[in-house]
Amino acid sequence: MAARVVIQTQDFDVGAEIAALRAQDKRVGAVCTFIGTVRDRNDGQSVSTMELEHYPGMTEKSIEGMIDEAFKRFDIYAARVIHRVGPLLPLDQIVLVVVTSAHRGESFQACEFLMDYLKTQAPFWKKEQTPEGARWVDARVSDDQALAKWGIASGNSAA
Amino acid sequence: MKVNVKYFASIRESVGTGGELLQTTATTLGALRDELIARGGAHAQSLARGRAVRVALNQVMSGEDAALTEGCEVAFFPPVTGG
Repeated sequence: MAARVVIQTQDFDVGAEIAALRAQDKRVGAVCTFIGTVRDRNDGQSVSTMELEHYPGMTEKSIEGMIDEAFKRFDIYAARVIHRVGPLLPLDQIVLVVVTSAHRGESFQACEFLMDYLKTQAPFWKKEQTPEGARWVDARVSDDQALAKWGIASGNSAA
Repeated sequence: MKVNVKYFASIRESVGTGGELLQTTATTLGALRDELIARGGAHAQSLARGRAVRVALNQVMSGEDAALTEGCEVAFFPPVTGG
């Protein structure tokens, strides 16, 4: 079976990933995916390129823990997270979450839960190139609030 | 004891290295941070109290009262921004 968490520089094929996760599993009646992509604007400035850094080892371990938690909370059959690192351009895919379940509700929820968790707890950092120079992206309070609705407190964006 | 310290993102850039092996007398994450701040310069600036610094002990996000152990891995980094 393919790894549940993959950190890679290369792009991913969403169709192939969905097919692999569903393969031979006749229990599956719902597949939910989330794909995060690079925007050409952020916080009022145009973005020409983005560089993603991570903490090898901790990243995989922390996302594995998030998937374990998703399995405890939701009746899902399989989940996979792929996150790219390195240099990226607007339009590029950054992150993929795929979840399967018998009915849509559980995979919709698990998919959102995994993204909310990942945004505030997985050790990735974005640096973007703007006309005024390079800048590290700031954490958002709204991402901590998104995780709070699952009953998990996060102070990631706090001073 | 010996501690393997890592720095990421803006903190890595400002201290000018991704990590270092240290001999420390600190027994907690918070005390280690204070020891690094006491060096002055870029360490003092980027790890200063009041700045948003997250700390992981052996690759798990941890509070500053967490105890160091011989050969442990400690990472200092800013709030995370993946996804």
